[in-house]
Amino acid sequence: MKEQLQKDFDNSIKNLSLSQKDIEIKKFCLDNFIDKGFPNRKEEDWKFSDLNQIIKNNIGELSFYNDQTSTNKVDTSVFVDGLEHNKIVFINGRIEKIDFEYEKKDQIEIIDQSETINEFKNSNSLSDLNNAFTNKCFKILVKKGYQLVKPLIIYHTTNSKIWSKNINLRLNFELDNDSSLRLIDLFNDTSEKNFLNIFYNFELKENAVLKNYKVDKFENKNIKYSFNNIDQDKNSISETFILSSGSNFSKNEINCNLNGVYASSFVNGVFSLNNDKHHEIRSIINHLTENTKSYQLIKSVLDGSSKAVYQGKIFVNSDAQKTDGYQLSKAILLNKESEFNAKPELEIYADDVKCSHGSASGSLNEDSIFYLMSRGLSYQQSRELLINGFLLDVVEKITDSEIKNLIKNMIGIKE
Amino acid sequence: MDNRQKEINNLKDYKYGFSTDIENIQAPKGLNEDVIKFISNIKKEPAWMLEFRLKAFERFKVLKEPDWQKPKFPKIDYQDLYYYSAPKSLKDKPKSLDELDPKLLETYKKLGIPLQEQARLNGIAVDAVFDSVSVATTFKDELTKQGIIFCPISEAIQNHPELVKKYLGSVIPTSDHFFATLNSAVFTDGSFVYIPEGVRCPMELSTYFRINASNTGQFERTLIIADKGSYVSYLEGCTAPMRDENQLHAANVELIALDDAEIKYSTVQNWYPGDKDGKGGIYNFVTKRGLCKGKNSKISWTQVETGSAITWKYPSCILKGDNSVGEFYSIAITNNHQKADTGTKMIHLGKNTKSKIISKGISAGSSDMTYRGLVDISSKAKNSTNYTQCDSLLMGNKCGAHTVPYIKNKNSESNIAHEATTSKISEEQLHYCQQRGLNPEEAVGLIVNGFCKEVLQQLPMEFAVEAQKLVGISLEGSVG
Repeated sequence: MKEQLQKDFDNSIKNLSLSQKDIEIKKFCLDNFIDKGFPNRKEEDWKFSDLNQIIKNNIGELSFYNDQTSTNKVDTSVFVDGLEHNKIVFINGRIEKIDFEYEKKDQIEIIDQSETINEFKNSNSLSDLNNAFTNKCFKILVKKGYQLVKPLIIYHTTNSKIWSKNINLRLNFELDNDSSLRLIDLFNDTSEKNFLNIFYNFELKENAVLKNYKVDKFENKNIKYSFNNIDQDKNSISETFILSSGSNFSKNEINCNLNGVYASSFVNGVFSLNNDKHHEIRSIINHLTENTKSYQLIKSVLDGSSKAVYQGKIFVNSDAQKTDGYQLSKAILLNKESEFNAKPELEIYADDVKCSHGSASGSLNEDSIFYLMSRGLSYQQSRELLINGFLLDVVEKITDSEIKNLIKNMIGIKE
Repeated sequence: MDNRQKEINNLKDYKYGFSTDIENIQAPKGLNEDVIKFISNIKKEPAWMLEFRLKAFERFKVLKEPDWQKPKFPKIDYQDLYYYSAPKSLKDKPKSLDELDPKLLETYKKLGIPLQEQARLNGIAVDAVFDSVSVATTFKDELTKQGIIFCPISEAIQNHPELVKKYLGSVIPTSDHFFATLNSAVFTDGSFVYIPEGVRCPMELSTYFRINASNTGQFERTLIIADKGSYVSYLEGCTAPMRDENQLHAANVELIALDDAEIKYSTVQNWYPGDKDGKGGIYNFVTKRGLCKGKNSKISWTQVETGSAITWKYPSCILKGDNSVGEFYSIAITNNHQKADTGTKMIHLGKNTKSKIISKGISAGSSDMTYRGLVDISSKAKNSTNYTQCDSLLMGNKCGAHTVPYIKNKNSESNIAHEATTSKISEEQLHYCQQRGLNPEEAVGLIVNGFCKEVLQQLPMEFAVEAQKLVGISLEGSVG
């Protein structure tokens, strides 16, 4: 893999106009990655999902070079109907379109940040990979007091032109005081056997509100890793919803730093898996100052020989008195081959806090099925009704009613 | 090397007078094959036992000391330890209670340990004050009548080799983790219990009654076998505070329950926790594992952990037999600079297996406590259930309380439920108690005892009272 990485790196550098210093930084990241390789199960954070092995088994040889000199045609049929929205379109990893047609142009700034490097406190070798190979990176700045009129949908599209490729994406967002952004990530993949490595960085200033909905719904054979770093100032709110369903393997990581008082963070997730899919959500909520709040709800329905993993950590610093942290994960195993693993973790250094977590997994309740069948529903109908109700709980947590309905329609959940 | 060899050779010739002269015997410092041979030799062990030890040592050589645990400690130099050290000579022992640390006496008084017991616990002129030997033998007679074997493991190796050979290392094999393997190589003594088929042990067995166990040292090995349909309750009491510098205590405990058998294992651990600034204290790195081998068997661990500078242990149950049950009840209290990383593992292999985990952690002062546990339901463990509850209580803002559960469910017909909370004693509760005339310390004691009640109830009567008092003592000075 080392030769391949070096060769692809040289190729991708050739097409970029980078200063000598930038090349050196990228090279340093590349060397770091070569040194560490893909994360494997020996690393505690990857204990339940051995990415190295998964890539080996599903893709085999990866290539890291993407020719991004020519543009791709934007297929408008994938755009969401019935909801006016702003768009960013990625096709095969290349940014094809940034369109804020519904917004005041002077309130949003798009800054080219291709030369900056991601530096996260708890990063892994994938951030090195991302740093070494991303060649375009934008920062989207929402100015003071501006609240976007329409949601922003980021389309992640890949098509059959690519195969066994590693795609690296990076976006930075800054929400200035009193601003707000609703952001939907929509994955639309018709490709197979690629490894997508996505890093988002959000900076929320005072009173800013971020709502991020990640929807991975369409069946595909890709392997995805997505990392969200969220830094939150005073009074800010972040809401993250994850629908994890379509990809062969997917790991969503949320790292949220509650730096300012009264900041709050919500993470809700649904796993709906079949076949031999393997998905994971890992969240780390760092309560770093007093009076901060976090709430997490993760529900899974697992069929076939699928496997879901939830690793959630609530960290409370010794300064973070009056913290309120809550975490709940529930799973229904429909098939005897399916598997649910959880590691809900509390690390607490302050005494005046209220932190709790719960985790439960098991089969569909036979008594409930019996109840419904005795009232005339078939076995299949009863099952569906129960699963529907189980997942509805999480979808109902979405605070934006427009998007709630959109997501409900998308995944076919009835009220 | 030459000197050491000579020393060993001398000892090989040493055939008599162990009972009197043993007090002065010490293995040469360090860890190597010769030392292991020396230990085996001095215990007159058969060849297979030596082989067992050497096999473990071979394995130990390639293992690395684990470092994933939460409480970090300075590196232990394993070559700088004595692996066999007979009880200190009588000269070093205090002659009477007056010579003891007054603080220690105070603790005893609070615990309500009778005077002669206090003396015995500190090894003061046992024969004169308290004829414990005769007491021990009376019990022994009664046990022998029922066919129960209860003796030091070194005796069992001599007298019941067939049992020891069959079961030793069957739960904690010689190829286990670092500290367990070290123990397999160099263990000095410990208890051996065998309950024959269908016998219900008429009394609580305890190291407390067994004279030889009182100074067994750092590497204990306990093996308890409950044959079909039998029942035993075993108490492991370390209620005597030990005055020591940082000292490694790496014991192995193996429990085996055959069909319909039940083992109840209770521990009250109060090793010396170090002084107020965190100096000294025991490193308690113990491997405890129970195997529910037969159908309908049951193993229950109850522990009250108030001592040790660092406690690092996970009493576990392997639920292999169908319908077997594993239970874990724990109270862990850390104060001052104590650190604890403790919890349990429940490994469900058989059908209809059930496990229950109740863990209560209390941290005060500058201490740090972690609950770390594993619940693993394998794909064959149909219709199994687990219930886990771990609650932590924090006192003061310099301490930490952490919960790290690993939950794995591979069977769709099985259910797992896990709950954890972390909080502090509410002002309202304190106010309510103080309003009714309790001082703050008594109020905290009362509330904490209520918090721990679920676990304290599991302890045998004799222990429950002691443990309840211990909970109060451990938290002394942490309020206000």
